[in-house]
Amino acid sequence: MSEPQTATPPPRKAWRVPSYWPFVIPALIVVAGIIVFPWLFTIWMSMHEWKVGAPTTFVGLANYIRLPSDPRFVEAVGHTITYTLLSVILPVIFGTFAAVIFHQKFPFRGFLRGLFIMPMMATPVAVALVWTMMFHPQLGVLNYILSLFGLPAELWVFHPGSVIPSLVMVETWQWTPLVMLIVLGGLSAIPSEPYESARIDGANAWQMFRYITLPLITPFIFVASMIRMIDAVKSFDIIFAITQGGPGSASETINLYLYSVAFVYYDIGYGSAIAVVFFVLIVVLAAIMLYMRQRLHWNQTGGAA
Amino acid sequence: MRLRALLSNLGLALGVFIIVSPAILFFIWMASLSVKMEIDNASYPPVLIPAQFAWENYASVFNSNRFTTYFFNSLIVTGSATLLALLIGVPAGYGIARMQAHKSTIVVLIARITPGLSYLIPLFLLFQWVGLLGTLWPQIIIHLVVTVPIAIWIMIGYFETTPMELEEAAMIDGATRWQVFRHVALPIAKPGIAVAFILAIIFSWNNFVFGIVLASRGTRTLPVAVYNMISFDQLSWGPLAAAALIVTLPVLLLTVFAQRQIVAGLTDGAVKGG
Repeated sequence: MSEPQTATPPPRKAWRVPSYWPFVIPALIVVAGIIVFPWLFTIWMSMHEWKVGAPTTFVGLANYIRLPSDPRFVEAVGHTITYTLLSVILPVIFGTFAAVIFHQKFPFRGFLRGLFIMPMMATPVAVALVWTMMFHPQLGVLNYILSLFGLPAELWVFHPGSVIPSLVMVETWQWTPLVMLIVLGGLSAIPSEPYESARIDGANAWQMFRYITLPLITPFIFVASMIRMIDAVKSFDIIFAITQGGPGSASETINLYLYSVAFVYYDIGYGSAIAVVFFVLIVVLAAIMLYMRQRLHWNQTGGAA
Repeated sequence: MRLRALLSNLGLALGVFIIVSPAILFFIWMASLSVKMEIDNASYPPVLIPAQFAWENYASVFNSNRFTTYFFNSLIVTGSATLLALLIGVPAGYGIARMQAHKSTIVVLIARITPGLSYLIPLFLLFQWVGLLGTLWPQIIIHLVVTVPIAIWIMIGYFETTPMELEEAAMIDGATRWQVFRHVALPIAKPGIAVAFILAIIFSWNNFVFGIVLASRGTRTLPVAVYNMISFDQLSWGPLAAAALIVTLPVLLLTVFAQRQIVAGLTDGAVKGG
């Protein structure tokens, strides 16, 4: 850390443009080591036939070309998209609803908010373990609850058809609080005047929500959706701990397939190619969402003019 | 009119009940599973409060499976990764905020977007070559992937809101940049450091994916140890639930007691993250 410091000129009294580089250099070194280097190395590995314990050979883009014809990868992309779509929509709806509730005044609000955000902070593996027990077809409490309402028992995560919705239920339970916090931040920034004048005009609660609140919190809902999308695509702990991608490969997302390729089959080169494509996919999804927001925004202002 | 107010109050109470109950019921059920004997956990209809509490579930967790080792592993990994992150991230956040180097935050964003597994492949190979596997170092280092971006991100946001006037005054008085940072900026930033500290601890403590690849039998952290218990005794739910509760309890307590910091950190970071 001292070497780069001697390279820069000694501190001057000119405080207007001071050098803050020494503060940043340790972080630069760490970020270069644990974020930039792994990325460059991954790209390099992805262009090699590289299995642990075997000699490596340069294969160019062969690993990438292999991807579209790998049925397990294609299937994993489909699972990821379904899982992500549901895991964005449901938490955003429930989270917005929860934010509207928590924006009201009621006793023990702070304490209840603390309880409400617990699922998000709790250790995912520990939570997944208990959900697995609750999903148990014979002994699980969820089927008992269904039976109380006269509903037939479900196989939850033990059936290929219901495994993704069941996992999404856990994901929704876990991450609705984050959406709530973000939207709540948006709600607290809304002034009270529009509501007062709307009330004088005789608007009901739903109208006030639909025409005043919703447009004003839309940017926050968008940010929440964006973060939710990034996290849902990457979701690993819950899926891995509850189903390991099963039954069969019915809940295998790209992230879980990546794990298998890299750390079960030790096919490092192919795994790296998946990692790169996976990252590009996340960036593309984020870009699409940003593009959609821009268009929507443009339309709104265009319509208002 | 009074009826209407009553109805809207009832509606609000119902709304609060609906949104909070999934969280509360889950953790109550978790606690219930952890204090029941096999026979109660397997009974139908399910029992919430057993006639006889099975505290031995907790005793068996503490006594078995090198639980103490795993607990200290978690403590060392999370503690080191958090302290290192603050040591590196707080000055970096200060420097970036003062230089207004907003473009540099793209690296933090990339770190936020990248799946944890992507770091594991190259770093796993690196640790193998260097011969660090089998020690706690690989996990401490890779947890920095989580903790350093959190610390930098939160501290940038915090230092951007602290006033410059004091720092400028100190510099005119002849203080060096380091002195200004140490004696002016740092004391004001204490609440921000607390937020970064708490969030880094929680996300490092909860981390699972790094451990399943990098940890060997002796270097498992608690989440990995709990996961491994599943495969061993599939059907003894009591001790399993007890272990799960022990692992997540520190985080839950932190959530309740440091709620304000967590909320501030998450909403601030999140909103800026977009």
